[in-house]
Amino acid sequence: MSLDRLLGSLLCGFARLLTGVRALWLGCEPAPRTRVYFANHRSHGDFVLIWASLPPALRRRTRPVAGADYWLTTPLRRFLIERVFNGVCIDRRPERHGPNPVEQMGTALAAGESLILFPEGTRNMGEGLLPFKSGLHHLARAHPEAELVPVWIENLGRVMPKGSLIPVPLLCTLSFGPPLVPVEGESRDAFLTRARAALLDLAPPTD
Amino acid sequence: MNASSDLFTVFAGIFGLLAVFSLIGAGLKWRISPGAPHGVIDNLNARIKAWWAMIALIGAAIWLGKGGVIALFAFISFQCLREFISLTHTRIGDHRALLWSFFVFLPAQYILIGIDWYGLFSILIPVYAFLLLPISASLGADTTRFLERAAKVQWGLMICVYCLSHVPALLTLDIDGYAGRNMLLIVFLVLTVQSSDVFQYVWGKLIGKRKVSPAISPSKTVEGLVGGVLTSTAVGAALWWITPFTVLEAALIALVINVMGFFGGFVLSAIKRDRGVKDWGSMIEGHGGMLDRVDSISFSAPIFFHIVRYWWVA
Repeated sequence: MSLDRLLGSLLCGFARLLTGVRALWLGCEPAPRTRVYFANHRSHGDFVLIWASLPPALRRRTRPVAGADYWLTTPLRRFLIERVFNGVCIDRRPERHGPNPVEQMGTALAAGESLILFPEGTRNMGEGLLPFKSGLHHLARAHPEAELVPVWIENLGRVMPKGSLIPVPLLCTLSFGPPLVPVEGESRDAFLTRARAALLDLAPPTD
Repeated sequence: MNASSDLFTVFAGIFGLLAVFSLIGAGLKWRISPGAPHGVIDNLNARIKAWWAMIALIGAAIWLGKGGVIALFAFISFQCLREFISLTHTRIGDHRALLWSFFVFLPAQYILIGIDWYGLFSILIPVYAFLLLPISASLGADTTRFLERAAKVQWGLMICVYCLSHVPALLTLDIDGYAGRNMLLIVFLVLTVQSSDVFQYVWGKLIGKRKVSPAISPSKTVEGLVGGVLTSTAVGAALWWITPFTVLEAALIALVINVMGFFGGFVLSAIKRDRGVKDWGSMIEGHGGMLDRVDSISFSAPIFFHIVRYWWVA
């Protein structure tokens, strides 16, 4: 086993120990299909937790989509995202010069890999869900063969909120919902609203 | 008889009973649904299996002595507090208060038992945590549902840490003519209260009809409650020989802690209901979470501790 892989397994093990993560496959099974897992985003650990909940064989073919402006800024982050997590680093700025993010993600899907995507586009510091960015819609249009699976991550944002150094050892739950059913001729906004509602459906009731 | 031979007798008895239950469970499975899943029987067998593990764990802790029992209950508290806070709505402003709860108050409470400092043990959480945690939360500068959040964190600490820590604290009591046998008080408490849970389940499944309160718990019945509490009161009375109590005293005390234990499960069911869940977690197969298993002990341990301390400690 290579060092990168060993490190990945260790990080997954640590994340599971810290969060006691429980994966609830409510709407689908962990299967070797081309999928886009789209989830709510509260913490940098979000994709690690999804990754850790997948069987190892699927994990290696599932790549997190990560913001280049955060993950490529220090050598350690770059090493983690590129070598350990095999992420797809995209440039989120509108004035970018590099490759088109949707094309980058599409290349991975075309190669039979799955993606972990946070369609809110950034970490949400409040409650609920931010409006979705349009990338998910472009991907769905270009790759109808990929299943879009909503994943609600409960509690990780409380384990280690932004700016804190020590984690609180709360238990996290990941709810995997049913894949979105494609609707012919649906507008972009209608699709994004529907995808967001499908993810919110998996959230526990608020008080 | 000395304490270790009494402990040996009790544990041999429990393991013997578990063996009988396992045989009955296997027999039921074989008679009623061989090879096919059966909700009630499979859950029963999962519970019996988990009991083996739990009794073995308690036995090992007791064998290790005071340190082992303190460590075991500190771990149980940690797991319960995790389950409790995970299902409770807190906000980012509570992060620091939660860190204090998990990493300062919880270990401190158990260390105080280890160093036998009763004065601080009895007020650390009701006084110091009660005042310091809201201060810490207020520094988070978030006023949304502030009182509710502060109350939830304090309540979690009380139920999961303060109340449960009264079990190992039994080891610090000085009882005339009972020196070196305090471990047996823990066995009496845990065995009586847990057997009450088991007998309530058994009586409820056998003859349960009228629900105590369908709004709070669909599985608790009046028949189960009365049958369970009375049966385990008899269990407590039959265990009088390991305690400093007479038979009658043992029966009365068992009755009190069994009733408290029942309401412990009842109160925590009300919280679970409000949060829309059935179990606190999934740690123990067939039982749910750790807090599902020890809710009754949490409510009965402080009362038991103070009954013994008031009437038996010189």
